[in-house]
Amino acid sequence: MNLIKILSLLYISTFFASFSLHGQSKYFTRDGNITFNADSPLEKVQAVNNKVNTVIERSTGKIEFSALIKSFMFEKALMQEHFNENYLESDKYPKATFKGKFTNLKDINFDKNGTYNVVAEGILNMHGVDKKITVSGPLKINGNNLNLAADFKVNVSDFNIEIPSLVKDKISKVVSIKVQANYKAL
Amino acid sequence: MFMKSVGFLLILLLPFTYLSAQEDTSSLLSSIEGGDSGPNYTTASFKSNRIINLHSIENTAPGVLDFTISHRFGSVKNGVYDIFGLDAAQMRLGFDFGLSDRLAVGVGRSNNQKIIDGYAKYKVLRQRNPKGEMPVSLSVVLGMGISTQRFSDPNRNNLFSSRLYYNSQLLLARKFSEGFTLQLTPTWIHRNLVATSAETNDVIAFGVGARQKITKRLSLNAEFIYVLPDQLGSQYTNSASIGVDIETGGHVFQLHFTNSQGMNEKTFVTETSDKWSDFAVHFGFNLSRVFTLWSPAGASQW
Repeated sequence: MNLIKILSLLYISTFFASFSLHGQSKYFTRDGNITFNADSPLEKVQAVNNKVNTVIERSTGKIEFSALIKSFMFEKALMQEHFNENYLESDKYPKATFKGKFTNLKDINFDKNGTYNVVAEGILNMHGVDKKITVSGPLKINGNNLNLAADFKVNVSDFNIEIPSLVKDKISKVVSIKVQANYKAL
Repeated sequence: MFMKSVGFLLILLLPFTYLSAQEDTSSLLSSIEGGDSGPNYTTASFKSNRIINLHSIENTAPGVLDFTISHRFGSVKNGVYDIFGLDAAQMRLGFDFGLSDRLAVGVGRSNNQKIIDGYAKYKVLRQRNPKGEMPVSLSVVLGMGISTQRFSDPNRNNLFSSRLYYNSQLLLARKFSEGFTLQLTPTWIHRNLVATSAETNDVIAFGVGARQKITKRLSLNAEFIYVLPDQLGSQYTNSASIGVDIETGGHVFQLHFTNSQGMNEKTFVTETSDKWSDFAVHFGFNLSRVFTLWSPAGASQW
């Protein structure tokens, strides 16, 4: 008899748990924005990607980004070709991804409008290399719409991207990256 | 009875399947996959808009002016006397300009016969990867040239139309791998005036070109143009060229050996007289420098 009680309790709790999990909300966009800047005094090296996929899961605080390398637009077509061919090797490594989590999820109330400073920690994968990074920035919540902005820096050498000696003065070894995305409920 | 309890058990298990379905989505991104990107066109099949002499499938990018200085020196055969041909260069200055994703135009002037040539190159099909929805790229090149040299015999009744030739080409190319590209180029050249009645005004030729990347910034290129028989005088032969492309930031250097000294379609397809078998080849280069005149909409705004 006791066993049946325990089983039915377990059953009922699982039943509700599954419902609440199923009903959990996510936020997403397919036109997030990533800009990077590797300017040197000699050359402007900048590009923008306006087709970035990103998802936030509110219950777990997971946040993920995916950007096609070929979708980075440069002012100079030849620079864009070299970026794909010689530096990021987009045929071999078509995407850059970030998979992380908000470390201060408890401070974020998705049901209350406002601006929260969020910190995300996770793995940035680019050019076939995984690197752990921590990024922070403001998350604006307005009903079901979220706006996230962040910027951070990466070292080109950390991602196994080789800058030939001929152009080493033309490209910064530290790249500044800006991220901006407007999410809506999934 | 047995069926009933199995059915009951299945209903009992239902919520658990929900749970496991949830856990399966290890990546959040999988929940929005599909609208991932536009068509993924193959890029950089060749480093330059020419393989060596032949047009390559690559167009000058929209908004970009590509200024090319080309030289073909004299035959290496005469040795040190004219330092392996350096004394006798033919030159062409070329301006190639990208108008849209598909259309590029260009003009050039060669010192040989003072020919000014012009062309329009249009991408009809564009290879798409990785699923191979479109396995090849196809472009059409339409061009013409005009010789601005004085007529050799001014007392003859010379017609302006005698100065003109027309060339029409199909470029059919496939980038088979990151390093290897092959291109087939059927070519039709119409010359309004030919030197002797033994030559035909229309010349049909079949070009083939390829490149193999050796390093990221260096590739080996080769091309061969087979002219179908009984169209040219017996002194003329097929054009064959081999060379390397070296890319250094804003420049592409193409260095090559070829038995054709001309740099426009009429001269290298129909007027190649030197033979590789006699070691009568020419060293040459195309040196290209790009200038961005305008940038595509939506390009970087830091």
